[in-house]
Amino acid sequence: MTHICMNNISVDFPIYNTTGRSLKNQLMQAATGGRMGSNEQGRVVVRALQNVCLELKEGDRVGVVGHNGAGKSTLLRVISGVYEPVEGSIQIKGKITSMIDMSLGMDGEATGIENIYLRGALLGFNRKWLTSKIGDIVDFAGLGDFIRMPLRTYSTGMQMRLAFSIATLVQPEILLMDEWLTVGDADFKEKAHQRLHEIVQKSSILIIATHSPELVKTICNRTIRLDRGSVMNI
Amino acid sequence: MSINNQVFLWRIFKAGWQDIFAAFKRYELAGVLGWQDIRQRYRRSSLGPFWITISMGVLIGALGLVFGNLFDTPMKEFLPFLTVGLILWMLITTILTEGCLGFTAAEAIIKQISLPLFIHILRVVWRNLVIFAHNIVIYPLVLLVFCLPLRSTAVFSALGLVLLLLNLSWMALLLGVLCTRYRDIPQIVSNLLQVCFYLTPIIWMPHLLPKRAGLILLDANPFFHLIEIVRAPLLGTLPSHFSWLVCGVLALAGWCITILFYGRFRSRIAYWL
Repeated sequence: MTHICMNNISVDFPIYNTTGRSLKNQLMQAATGGRMGSNEQGRVVVRALQNVCLELKEGDRVGVVGHNGAGKSTLLRVISGVYEPVEGSIQIKGKITSMIDMSLGMDGEATGIENIYLRGALLGFNRKWLTSKIGDIVDFAGLGDFIRMPLRTYSTGMQMRLAFSIATLVQPEILLMDEWLTVGDADFKEKAHQRLHEIVQKSSILIIATHSPELVKTICNRTIRLDRGSVMNI
Repeated sequence: MSINNQVFLWRIFKAGWQDIFAAFKRYELAGVLGWQDIRQRYRRSSLGPFWITISMGVLIGALGLVFGNLFDTPMKEFLPFLTVGLILWMLITTILTEGCLGFTAAEAIIKQISLPLFIHILRVVWRNLVIFAHNIVIYPLVLLVFCLPLRSTAVFSALGLVLLLLNLSWMALLLGVLCTRYRDIPQIVSNLLQVCFYLTPIIWMPHLLPKRAGLILLDANPFFHLIEIVRAPLLGTLPSHFSWLVCGVLALAGWCITILFYGRFRSRIAYWL
């Protein structure tokens, strides 16, 4: 039973290279970004999330909306475990897969095959299993013999196709996304869209940060609106 | 110590230990990333990583010529000593200086995927161990040139190498955390290492020292012991019990302190990047 429970979470980013305390009051009125302030030691901090309480259960399709700097990405990163909240607690049951930066760790000089192993290792797949999946990946990405060429010879679209094909190899339980992924040309886009839809359907919890109201309407059954780090309405 | 303090210490020790343990379970990823670093460096060069061996060989040749003559030591004795010492020193300095940047260099990964962070230090250690393996090839060549045998004591150098790596790993981890928070430390570390290079018998032999100076420069110098436990067996003598003891205690104490420290600040690393 997958489950996410966040209890009164706050996240502060310490800023070490500004001493702009005199600017503090002015900056606090900024329309975008988190709240700036200072902590007990007088250090400048940006409060990216403030007292967030959330409970997500199986079947939830959550759209996280809010203006730039409202804390959407930070929220996703807290859920993925990158940031441990400064205050509050978070409990997660289920395996988390993040599809936020799919081409992270890819190397332009390495061939497509090498990049499959590289990306695969980062995603936690072992070598043997990846070897058995190479055929599927190449087929789906439609790269043919290009898979033996260095990645730098690929067009941006081809690189994304490869990244997408690796990232969608396994069915995630909890899926984190930053906007709906659109990859490649018209043909591939349709294929990718279908696969992504399937994955989203089968995932037990989906959390997607987005600026698109249509997307929220079509795939989400819950909306979380963030404003300057706080949850405005659920 | 109050009960609360003990509970706190136990909690951070466990947090640190768990991360390190989890990182070892994903050794495959550290291996892939470490190899990738080396491949990237020598991509499209026809000799590839053997450039490491060649440039090390040239350096040893040049230094051997200058300092062997300067100290008036027979080459047959000096060159094997210099070869092993210099290769080990290269391993030590690169692990420590690159360990300083271990987390900052992996910023993109750390901020995107939740991984046991010690993986990034393992990656640095593994990468430099591979480079070390390329370099150590020079030693048998030197032995061959001077028609020297490889002594049976050499098997102990494997044990020495393990102990050396254990020590370097905690140092790299500790420095990695510190340097992520305080960005001036890498400069200080590389500076200090440069000084240590001259203070440690690598390009000069210990028997050249007057007795009093030897006490400070040898016995009180951890780098001397760390090098000695690998170098001495390769050269045909056994390191002193004292050297083994220093390295053993250093590894144990170093790891205990580092695990506590790491457990305390591990979750802050992502924020400091």
